[in-house]
Amino acid sequence: MTAVMSRETWQKLKTRYSIYMVVIVMIIVCNALNPNFLSTRNISNIAAQISVTTILAFGETLLVICGLLDLSCGSVLALAGVLSVYIFKETGSMAVAFGAGLFFGVVCNYVNGILVRYFSIPAFIATLAMMTMARGGALLFTRGQNIYQIGDYVWFGQGQIGFIPVPVVFMVIIGIVTWYILGHTRFGRSLYAVGGNEEAARASGINIGRIKIQAYLINGAFVGLAGILLMSRTNVGAPNAGQGYEFEALTAAIIGGTSFSGGLGTAGGTLAGAFIVGFLNNIMNLLGVDSYLQQVIKGAIIALAVGYDMWAKVNRTKKSLGAVELSSKPKEAKS
Amino acid sequence: MTQDTVLEVKHISKSFPGVKALDDVSFSVRRGSVHVLCGENGAGKSTLMKIINGLYQPDHGETLIRGERVKIDSPIKAGELGISMIFQELNYTPEMSIEESLFAGRWPTRSLGRIDWSAIRSKTLQLLQQENLPFDPETKLKALSISNLQMLEILKAISRDADIIIMDEPTSSISNKEIETLFHKIADLRARGKAIVYISHKMDEIFRIADEISILRDGRVVETRARADFDIDSVIALMVGRALGHGYPKEEVAHGEPVLEVERFSGPTGFRDVSFRVREGEIVGFAGLVGAGRTETARALFGLDPGAHGTIKVRGRTSKIGSVQDSVACGMVMLSEDRRRFGIVPVRDVKENVTLASLAQFFRNGHLHNAMERKKVTDICERINVRMPTIDSPVGTLSGGNQQKVVLSKWMLCNPDILILDEPTRGIDVGAKFEIYKLMTSFVKERKSILMISSELPELIGMCDRIYVMAGGRITGELARAEFSQETIMRYAMNMPKAG
Repeated sequence: MTAVMSRETWQKLKTRYSIYMVVIVMIIVCNALNPNFLSTRNISNIAAQISVTTILAFGETLLVICGLLDLSCGSVLALAGVLSVYIFKETGSMAVAFGAGLFFGVVCNYVNGILVRYFSIPAFIATLAMMTMARGGALLFTRGQNIYQIGDYVWFGQGQIGFIPVPVVFMVIIGIVTWYILGHTRFGRSLYAVGGNEEAARASGINIGRIKIQAYLINGAFVGLAGILLMSRTNVGAPNAGQGYEFEALTAAIIGGTSFSGGLGTAGGTLAGAFIVGFLNNIMNLLGVDSYLQQVIKGAIIALAVGYDMWAKVNRTKKSLGAVELSSKPKEAKS
Repeated sequence: MTQDTVLEVKHISKSFPGVKALDDVSFSVRRGSVHVLCGENGAGKSTLMKIINGLYQPDHGETLIRGERVKIDSPIKAGELGISMIFQELNYTPEMSIEESLFAGRWPTRSLGRIDWSAIRSKTLQLLQQENLPFDPETKLKALSISNLQMLEILKAISRDADIIIMDEPTSSISNKEIETLFHKIADLRARGKAIVYISHKMDEIFRIADEISILRDGRVVETRARADFDIDSVIALMVGRALGHGYPKEEVAHGEPVLEVERFSGPTGFRDVSFRVREGEIVGFAGLVGAGRTETARALFGLDPGAHGTIKVRGRTSKIGSVQDSVACGMVMLSEDRRRFGIVPVRDVKENVTLASLAQFFRNGHLHNAMERKKVTDICERINVRMPTIDSPVGTLSGGNQQKVVLSKWMLCNPDILILDEPTRGIDVGAKFEIYKLMTSFVKERKSILMISSELPELIGMCDRIYVMAGGRITGELARAEFSQETIMRYAMNMPKAG
């Protein structure tokens, strides 16, 4: 019996922490391939590079867990970013510009939430519409021109606190916020329940509509922050910035074990997923891999990661006492 | 082994992490006979059937079909060997037509891979006529009742020339009349030489259709005999491993003030002018046929369906109940009839499922109190006797009876005064049923109240203090305990209070 128990515990450890094992293995392999890999400078570079998409990925994690998603984050990031830069140039106040960035991110996502909650538009469609609107808004506001000479604003993206880049500090803070929300708040528990079985969550007294709107509001603040960091990092208020970032963010979340059918996912997993992508980009650059080939490899890695995850899940279900298949949750829970 | 044995499994064992699901099981079924397999939930019936159907591989043991050793490594292989399984919960494609579905996956084709619709149509018509079923081949599956979908599955099995048909609790969600039709069909199949494995724990059915009965308990076959060698008491005793008797654990409890008074309650989901009351310490039953409006009334009362109107008084105070939150705040909770849909979040663990409806008590200043949560969940699961590997196991991996107990634990943690139970024992085994009855009894002894909807008359008669009978969305009768009888209830349920 004890042997059986320990095998079970091992099984659980393996499935719960396998993603972190992947990260460690990657570090070892990458370091063997190129000894510069583990230098403080390189690691801190990677962290700074992935900070923007990782912050977006934390937002996506909250949403995907609850059965939603945000395709608009790349565009909303640009809109919130250029507005924030513009306001900085008008007022000269870092604090006001920072607040404005978050505010516009939240407003756009409030609209996402309203479309999903009150008009029952599927999240995919609602945020697709917002993606187009926000990009248009950013281009309209700047007349398609970049905003240059952003002065002190560059601190957000290029400054350092001690030896740590400011965006990395923000990434860590948002990571902790996400971890706290998911593991330690009522709201987090409700997110998992709504994503895992919406009808059962409703019948347990959870206000589903409110949870969904709240999830978008928090995501909005994350997106606004990501916009500020990206504009600042690149030294320019660019209305075209952030294209395709929604998919980079979703990639990190999915590689990190967030389930697209809802109800599963963690902040730590997403962070690990983001680092896996970051390490991969970095080592391929260090090794001088052709940049077109890099894309092919990245795509293949996504397919492999998710493929392995699904395969492991099916095996787990078969091995457990499984009277009910995991896929048997009601279709209505998806939106 | 005789000439007639079509399917035989020998010494099958199967383990899952932490559980031995099957332990040296041997089992066989003959041509032209019905072999009933019964046992509590978690006894291993589903595992055995999944092995026969190729979904699982046994750790040890062998399977023989018509005397030949075979390895069934997929449901497709099982199909080729003439095994057809009809699941308890049918999965179907609502937009498919009958003819499409009948030949799904093996549509006859013409050149360039085009589907030969005229061949499908003529084969379908021929089959329908041969089996005497009045279906239109173009009807979409979404328009069919569950019992008709079952018939379609049987038809599919026949069209595939299956000679081993496995049915997993086929009567759990169909009406009495439909059960008759099903049993006729089964008799017909038996006469045509098919071998049928029938899984059930409904005693009356088992004794009506079985030729042989095997009883599984804790992964072992404890007894296989011809039907004539069993009686109801011996089957129950063997299933639970102890004598249960026919008794219900009902105890007399003094009734106090009314806690729930509902006046002229009507709603858009199909109930009108429903008035009733429930007193302290009372178990009030709601009887009626399927579609009488009982579940609809309860759902509206609990705040799940909007748009109902009427007066609701809880402990004498008029309450406005418009949402589940309001109801829980008033101390009223509801166990839904469909636990998969409204009860559990399958991918999340037992702990999270149990605390879902009463999260507020585990948070201090918005911060989760982990140790307290684990302790309370462990305590309640022990009290309700939920059997599970740990409280961190996903609820989707537990058996049906244990899932139901998880949902019950969730509501008990809210510390309710009024418990609405909608078909609380549907699809769960005798032992778990008895545990739920005992919980009901101890619940009302704490001067609390239960409103129970059930389609099983013996259970209503055994457990309730009063029964309201509904028909066509209205209450047609109210019976005190002294007036209880199956005949009276059925007459009210069919809205014919006087005999004849």
